[in-house]
Amino acid sequence: MEKEKDFYKLEKNVIEIKQKIDDLQESEDPLKEDKIARLRTKIEKEWAGIAPELTPFHFVQIARHPQRPYTLDYIDALFEGFIELHGDRRAGDDPALIAGFGFYKGKTTAVIGHQKGRSTRNRLMRNFGQPNPEGYRKALRIMKLAEKFGFPVVTLIDTPGAYPGIQAEERGQAEAIANNLKEISLLRVPVVNIVIGEGGSGGALAVGVGDAILMLQYSFYSVISPEGCAAILWKDQGAVKQAAENLKFLAKDLKGFGIIDEIIPEPPGGAHVDYETMFKNLDKSLQKTLSRLKNKTVEEMLNERYEKFRQIGIYEEK
Amino acid sequence: MEQLWARCNNCRRILYKQDIMDNMHVCPTCHFHFRLSAVERFFMLFDVGQFELFDEDISPVDVLQFKDQKKYSDRIKISQTKTGLNDAVLSAIGMMDGIRVIICAMEFAFMGGSMGSVVGEKVTRALERALKEKVPVIVISSSGGARMQEGILSLMQLMKTSQAIARLEKAGVPYISLCTDPTTGGTTASYAMLGDINIAEPDALIGFAGPRVIEQTIKQKLPKGFQRSEFLLEHGMLDDIVDRKKLRPYIIRVLRLFTNQPR
Repeated sequence: MEKEKDFYKLEKNVIEIKQKIDDLQESEDPLKEDKIARLRTKIEKEWAGIAPELTPFHFVQIARHPQRPYTLDYIDALFEGFIELHGDRRAGDDPALIAGFGFYKGKTTAVIGHQKGRSTRNRLMRNFGQPNPEGYRKALRIMKLAEKFGFPVVTLIDTPGAYPGIQAEERGQAEAIANNLKEISLLRVPVVNIVIGEGGSGGALAVGVGDAILMLQYSFYSVISPEGCAAILWKDQGAVKQAAENLKFLAKDLKGFGIIDEIIPEPPGGAHVDYETMFKNLDKSLQKTLSRLKNKTVEEMLNERYEKFRQIGIYEEK
Repeated sequence: MEQLWARCNNCRRILYKQDIMDNMHVCPTCHFHFRLSAVERFFMLFDVGQFELFDEDISPVDVLQFKDQKKYSDRIKISQTKTGLNDAVLSAIGMMDGIRVIICAMEFAFMGGSMGSVVGEKVTRALERALKEKVPVIVISSSGGARMQEGILSLMQLMKTSQAIARLEKAGVPYISLCTDPTTGGTTASYAMLGDINIAEPDALIGFAGPRVIEQTIKQKLPKGFQRSEFLLEHGMLDDIVDRKKLRPYIIRVLRLFTNQPR
């Protein structure tokens, strides 16, 4: 039998079982806890057959899954009393990049994250999670606010990339990204980045660097999308899967390069199959990372942050 | 045999090559600025014979074993043979009108001037040397952006170089970014846009996304002059556009102003 290439077909059985779990959860069935537990075991078994066969492009499809939890889902689940703040104080507000403050474990924390939309209308409003310069400038404004009050910053990364549009260029897309990188390196509060879905190039990087980078198991963080890479290097959209294999952008690859600190495990089937477990796993890693960073002096933290990126790169020197 | 004639990419006129060279590789007829190699930049900007290269022996490695239609390792070899360079940037320290200055010049002929680990490392070292020796630094960009064949390692060079600029800024060491045709992608989204002053040669393509990508995204033809130096100046992204022939005196003047050294 030929190997199934499309993840959305591959996961058909898992999704069917998940649907049964969702129905049970809504029901009044007195035995529902037991039944759900049994169905979860069934998903685990299904997944055990699928997971080892997953290709890098399957990871991309999971990372882009329309049911995958987005930034606002994590904020709802893990941050109390979140207030979203708007605008870059220059040109406008960017709904593709959310920024604000909430309580995490009882402590004020800045949260910044790309937001994709769920419905067609919502997707358009969010520009499919592709920020304009206003988004990056707003993000920096909120980071500076966090610095002013001494609050840590958490960023959630999930974008195909910075928006390639006329107005974005006019208003300095490149400058906005570059300036964020420069300023984040000097920010005197802890910055934790979590790639929850797509880590699309400069558009992800502009809010995707800090003291610790965590990645969900099936997310990716890449210099270019596999589609973009296929178009440029192969000059063939059919080469997307080859591009995905060559780019080595999976969490385990980045861990190997020493770029990321931790891989956050996803539930069997991927984050979209079991939100609660996903939130719990992310929560655990985030809490651990923040308390590790809390113990450092500002100077220590800034030096380590600098050294972390200073060391990245592989070359030969005679 | 070396060709004696060349055609201008812009006005399409056939020109005597020596005339173009004598004119600093600017078309004598239409003023089109031809691309320069990194070494040509040094000869054009430094005082005669007053520079030395550094960090010359850093070479790229095919870490990802990347293979598209060609292997990355083969692309490296081809570019090295073609340009005589190890990778897409050269660093030099020397004098401009008696002022000590570091210049990094990117080499577009080497894989489109793309930034991978070597470019990121060399630019960072140059910035760090500038910081240590309190010497002004100039980066001359000519680059399509991050080098895809080095994947995420390339992307992280944006942060590596930008954070070095942050330290320069805090220490009060001048940094000038010169954008030449083309300066796009990750290069623009890092050091090329972070100068104390950002200047460009006339009519250089400068932007984040490439024009083809934008056209495909918005499904429209782009207006004439979009993402050219003049467009960026108009939108407040550049301090000035400087003709190649005026570049050396212009930069010297800026260096004198920023280091408070009147003649």
